[in-house]
Amino acid sequence: MDAEITLKVDGTEYRFVADTRTTLLDALRERLGKTSPKKGCDHGQCGACTVLLDGRRANSCLALAVAYDESEIVTAEGLAENGDLHPMQRAFVEHDGYQCGYCTPGQIVSAVGMIEEAVAGWPSHVTEDPNLEEIALDDEEIRERMSGNLCRCAAYANIVPAIREVSKR
Amino acid sequence: MRPYAYVRAGDIDGAVATLAEAPNAAFLAGGTNLVDLMKLGVETPDVLVDVRRLTLDRVEDLEEGGLRIGAAVPNSVLAADRKIRTRYPALSQALLAGASGQLRNVATTGGNLLQRTRCVYFYDTTTPCNKRVPGSGCSAKEGHNKNHAVLGASEHCVATHPSDMAVAMMALDAFVNVRGPEGERRIPIEELHRLPGDEPQRDTILEHGELITSVDLPPLVFLSNSKYRKVRERASYAFALVSVAAALEVEDGVVREVRIALGGMAHKPWRATKAEEALKGEPANAANFRAAADIELEDAEPLRDNAFKVPLARNVITRTLLELSEER
Repeated sequence: MDAEITLKVDGTEYRFVADTRTTLLDALRERLGKTSPKKGCDHGQCGACTVLLDGRRANSCLALAVAYDESEIVTAEGLAENGDLHPMQRAFVEHDGYQCGYCTPGQIVSAVGMIEEAVAGWPSHVTEDPNLEEIALDDEEIRERMSGNLCRCAAYANIVPAIREVSKR
Repeated sequence: MRPYAYVRAGDIDGAVATLAEAPNAAFLAGGTNLVDLMKLGVETPDVLVDVRRLTLDRVEDLEEGGLRIGAAVPNSVLAADRKIRTRYPALSQALLAGASGQLRNVATTGGNLLQRTRCVYFYDTTTPCNKRVPGSGCSAKEGHNKNHAVLGASEHCVATHPSDMAVAMMALDAFVNVRGPEGERRIPIEELHRLPGDEPQRDTILEHGELITSVDLPPLVFLSNSKYRKVRERASYAFALVSVAAALEVEDGVVREVRIALGGMAHKPWRATKAEEALKGEPANAANFRAAADIELEDAEPLRDNAFKVPLARNVITRTLLELSEER
């Protein structure tokens, strides 16, 4: 069964017809040429496909495109503004927060979404006093909140400082 | 993935009616479990009825003092809710102990309750599994069963229920509100999920066409003294080996009220009623907490790889109750 789907991706609106089985990840990559979200496990376990979906980070591999008709999506590519890298992208470059780079777009989008969650006062599993209004993102918090993004090169030693630097701004 | 028709109903009654007419249809909410199962060929619906935007998507005060959680509230939003955090902390803690940030943003309250087991044989369509194909046999009984049930299992199925959230709701005496072709009903959460018996393909008592619309938490003050503790093989983003949700009220050193539920132990979130009964009116101390846990675990029947769950559960129950008794 085909469906007509409208998505706003990185500020541009796209209309296309796709099989209802098409995941958001496949729609982005195969139909719209937006290849910064990566297909890692395709089962929601690795986080390489992470995008901001209506403002919140989500695994695009587990979302059906048809179910998110009319939604707004931001990929790692869309974080840059007027050709200037997003502060999180710059921090990953400066801290060498990757090795092969395959998980990097997902890590960066996830980190951007994660900081917004902390700013909103959302606690995590390791938040000691969940009733404090302000969440301080120390390394333990960053690791816990980023546990949905795996890096098989294990570049975590540089990913965590990159995120920490941006979260302190 | 098998082809299916995608339907977005205009309202809850329309969604229920559409599903009820199609015997092989399924409701879709966040899809974080269902879409995965469809990719693997474990779930093969021919119609998907999208209910994500239909049910209540916020937490509301109930007139009699409790809270109503809409079925569409994402796990992350529920965990962060101020009223949940202060009045029912075990629920917020349970949600934050499960899945990842990305999954919690999409997974819903209703979907979390209805997620399927993570038994590897259920997911592997090349192996027998009575839950996936009734009558085909249970591969876990003699297979790798470290993660499997030690309480309430049957010869047909030894799978566990994977939800953290449901375990906390069980200890918080929640009610599940359901809309079906026959109207509405209100189910105590301990009756929602089933033991496998000879129908392990049925996880819950819900009939085809019934949709969870919300979950109610009761206005019991002592539930603010509640806690969720989860033991898993990684520090984050892993299912429970054993988990405990508990709520405790102690007066003059004596247990007045206690609620205990266990995760990772059975085909359903396990309410430890025997331990609760053993503790009521007794002095709140480590020896009594441990003895009560032992009473609950007397009936445990461990499999080859999971005998460790029995002492682990006893220790986690004892530790959790001790912490709750010291904090007040």
